[in-house]
Amino acid sequence: MSAVRTLVDLLAGRADAATLAPRDWDGVISVARAEAMLATLAHHLRDTGLPPAVAALFADQRAAARVAQAQALWEVEMARRALAPQGIEFVLLKGAAYAAAGLSCSEGRQIGDLDILVQALDVRRAENALLNAGWEWVKSDPYDDFYYREHMHELPPLIHSVRDRMIDVHHTILPLTHRKTPDALALVGDAVATVDGYAVLCPEDMAVHCAAHMIADGDLQGGLRNLWDFHCLTRDFASADPGYWGKLDGRAAMHGLRGAAHRSARLARDIYGAVLPPGWDRHDPADLWFRRRLLARDDWGRQTDFLLQQAFYIRSHWMRMPPLMLAKHLWTKWRKGHNPASRGTSSS
Amino acid sequence: MRHSARIQVGPVRFRIGSDWRAPIAAIEALYADYPRDDARPADATVRLFAARPWRRWLRPSVHIGGDFVVPDALPLPLAMGLLAAEMGMNLQVALGWRRHLLLHASAVARDGRAVILSGESGSGKSTLAALLGEGDWRLMGDEFTLIDPASGDALAFPRVVSLKNEAIAEMTARVDAARMGPLLVGTPKGDIRHLVPRADAIAAMHVPARPALILFPRFGGEAAIEPMGEGEAFVRLTEASTNYTALGEAGFAALARLVRGTPAFGISYPDSATGMALVERLWAETAR
Repeated sequence: MSAVRTLVDLLAGRADAATLAPRDWDGVISVARAEAMLATLAHHLRDTGLPPAVAALFADQRAAARVAQAQALWEVEMARRALAPQGIEFVLLKGAAYAAAGLSCSEGRQIGDLDILVQALDVRRAENALLNAGWEWVKSDPYDDFYYREHMHELPPLIHSVRDRMIDVHHTILPLTHRKTPDALALVGDAVATVDGYAVLCPEDMAVHCAAHMIADGDLQGGLRNLWDFHCLTRDFASADPGYWGKLDGRAAMHGLRGAAHRSARLARDIYGAVLPPGWDRHDPADLWFRRRLLARDDWGRQTDFLLQQAFYIRSHWMRMPPLMLAKHLWTKWRKGHNPASRGTSSS
Repeated sequence: MRHSARIQVGPVRFRIGSDWRAPIAAIEALYADYPRDDARPADATVRLFAARPWRRWLRPSVHIGGDFVVPDALPLPLAMGLLAAEMGMNLQVALGWRRHLLLHASAVARDGRAVILSGESGSGKSTLAALLGEGDWRLMGDEFTLIDPASGDALAFPRVVSLKNEAIAEMTARVDAARMGPLLVGTPKGDIRHLVPRADAIAAMHVPARPALILFPRFGGEAAIEPMGEGEAFVRLTEASTNYTALGEAGFAALARLVRGTPAFGISYPDSATGMALVERLWAETAR
């Protein structure tokens, strides 16, 4: 069996870690690293019978993830100290939110940039407050800057001059030019507080955002990790609240993201063994392409299926902007010597 | 991948895959006498690949990939495939290893106690360590020295020594030709030739040593010894560490303990013989 399949089987509980041969582990470790899920796997397989070398490597990963998470949460606190005096409220998104709320998907989860959501009317003030508190613009070209400000759902990334950490200030969760327009006011208005007093999206919006990020916005790069987030979020929320799936359905529809939420749920079922309630437990032949894209990695951790990757890349742009604008955007990028298939503004 | 090898250096087990046979054959020849444990999975993967399928044969150039990659790293010609493999291995350790505090430093040991030599490339730390390793010292490594946060001990990473430029002739004159790899002429780092450490150094690669002396060598100028305070040694070693920040408090504690318990000196030396004599002198006078 391929290493990526073994990885998802281990996470889904379909495979027993004790039955893996050393050569199987080589591939699983490499693929998990490529998907930024090695520490997640290390948490998931804690206390199972692992070969000593794997157990030692996994202990390293758990310890490293603990440090990285503490550093990420420190960055959250730094943002609070910059924004709170100005009366700017912000909602944590993605990795930082999961960690701040102590959700199970945050165990071992890698946290990249700090993503926060503010009300659209606060964006400029938030930017000023951060610039005054030591963040600076990442040096980028004028077209990228213009593109972010005009069409994106976030400011151009800011980086802290001393701590070298990036912050993405969002005012909604999908690009402004995207075919779907989530209700940004409701996202901020219905946010909930963690025990430490940070705001995070309410449970339904959190899963909707995860699905939107994975299915409606990106090209499924790193999709296995996002899908794992979605799986853990919905599983845990549903076990605490029997009416969760129904609420999620309604909330996703309100944001125009019902399709993305349902597809995410089906993929979580197919790949991680999620148990879905009636109404969600359906089949869509097109899911096949998503599954293939998510599992397109060989035993050396390399991406495979180049054409499928490209197709999903084009799809992500197709949803993000109208055709004429897409043509103009790619033309500008091409003339500037960017390779359209590389990751520029458009991958954020 | 088409060709692959698994090797172990100190605590790290590597899996190296390649589109070509030659780099794997070169690695296997150099690491033939290293202990093998095929029941152990790899901690890190290195990939040597052609960017386009036809570049396997047509002006073949070796791209360095793996679990961790440096964006925009330049490929090397196939004749330097061995160097590409070495760079790929270093990269995985530098960016991925978390069990120990990693110092970009060479080290030698005697009686279970280690001399750690930290410096920029060109400082002569590799050459000094290699030369000492041919005498009555055990070579622990020419590139990385690992500090165990739990015990404070130094751990060896005795990969094959990468000799550069003038050091090549100096070593070739002293050691058995069977321990030398092929001469790689005109690499981005100058001429390079690899030296397999002595069998006793390889056999002892899992044996820790207590840090006894930290030296910051500088090649060139009059022979000189300059005692260094804990603070300066600390700051210099944070700069020489690739994972100090990532380790957080554990890294700080390990490094603080190292500089508090180990005397440190800057040394300048005009030639290898003087450098070796300075190390011996400091060892005799101050190592504890």
